[in-house]
Amino acid sequence: MLEVNVATQRGDFTVEARFTADVGITALFGPSGAGKTSILGMIAGVVRPRTGRITLHGRPLFDAAAGIDLAPEHRRIGVVFQDRRLFPHLSVEGNLLYGFRRTAPERRTQRPEDIVALLELGALLKRRPASLSGGEQQRVAIGRALLMSPEALLMDEPLASLDARRKAEIMPYLERLRGQIRLPILYVSHDEREVARLAQRTVAVVDGRAFDSPG
Amino acid sequence: MLDLSPSDWDAIALSLKVGAWSVIGSLPVAFGLAYLLARVEFALKPVVSAAILLPLVLPPVVVGYMLLLAFGKTGPVGQLLDQWFGVTVAFRWTGAVIAAAVMGLPLMIIGIRLSLELVDRRLEMAARTLGAGPWRTFFTVTLPLSLPGILAGAVLSFARSVGEFGATITFVSNIPGDTRTIPMAIHTSLQMPGGNEAAFRLSLVSIAIALIGIVASEVLNRRLARMTARDDA
Repeated sequence: MLEVNVATQRGDFTVEARFTADVGITALFGPSGAGKTSILGMIAGVVRPRTGRITLHGRPLFDAAAGIDLAPEHRRIGVVFQDRRLFPHLSVEGNLLYGFRRTAPERRTQRPEDIVALLELGALLKRRPASLSGGEQQRVAIGRALLMSPEALLMDEPLASLDARRKAEIMPYLERLRGQIRLPILYVSHDEREVARLAQRTVAVVDGRAFDSPG
Repeated sequence: MLDLSPSDWDAIALSLKVGAWSVIGSLPVAFGLAYLLARVEFALKPVVSAAILLPLVLPPVVVGYMLLLAFGKTGPVGQLLDQWFGVTVAFRWTGAVIAAAVMGLPLMIIGIRLSLELVDRRLEMAARTLGAGPWRTFFTVTLPLSLPGILAGAVLSFARSVGEFGATITFVSNIPGDTRTIPMAIHTSLQMPGGNEAAFRLSLVSIAIALIGIVASEVLNRRLARMTARDDA
């Protein structure tokens, strides 16, 4: 369970988020510019909230009152970026294992062979990211995030930069992911159909506000 | 083809030695300064940025004279080196290394700074979310991605060091076997009747070293461009 209750200032724009995300896909749904990426940034630890508290399975990641602000590398939250951010100097395999190698063996919950099978990456392992299609790159990015054995997964518009055919190609993988990976997954999107098809719960983001219950 | 004399070989060997040590010595300094300029915001940045380029535009003789004032027997740094380590650098090959390093530093810093600025910070952020701390991120993402640029800067500054003349002759003079590098030897030959041939031979060697340096740095820069190419197509 990921519990988020934070606020921050982006210029003269206030971003506030108060919601919980349980195992399964929770969509953060709203138009671009509504503050969705800032919210993910606060959870991942790359944007500092002004106030509030974020806990993951009861473990505080950020707590303004207690002065807790874990660095991204200590949060155990996998992030799939819209722009994928694969390491250009590493092979697909090197990318997949980057986080895996930095996870203590006793904390590992995912095995490379399972993830490679789940995302059908076997034929790509020796290739360089630059030689892959956008959809293939996105599958590698998802695999890389899962192989760090995260306790929650954040996906920032993973389909937004893909054309319709690539989207259709990657959608079944996301559905499979939802069924097989028992993690809270926060899925940011501005696409209604995507959200309707994938998400079990939806949190609307409007003008920098993301609340899942009135109050 | 080239009939090099023993004293030519002395000059070539000394030049290469001075070039190598000047690159080894200035690489950490250049990297530190380049990192500061590429990544850290501070109040005096424009001043530091300009000061670093000074050796590139100052008359080399001025740089040599300043080095002599600082590192000479009675200069503040020279006295300390003498008292603490019993080391003299003025009029020694070690002084030639210092002169070459100072003159080559701007080229190296420009190269490294550029390559660091080309590294996509978003990749570093991705590494952090994957569990790598700041140092590990540096060694596994930032450094490998900027390495070709660092090598290109080093090669260019090596070529520059091998050919350093003005600052070197002012600071450490022109002593055969000790501070007489290739340019000094060319200069000496030209002062002597019948020395044109020797000057020409060594000039060809100089051109060869410079060409190799520039080609190597060009190859490395292409590699850098290819590696840091953003593949968000």
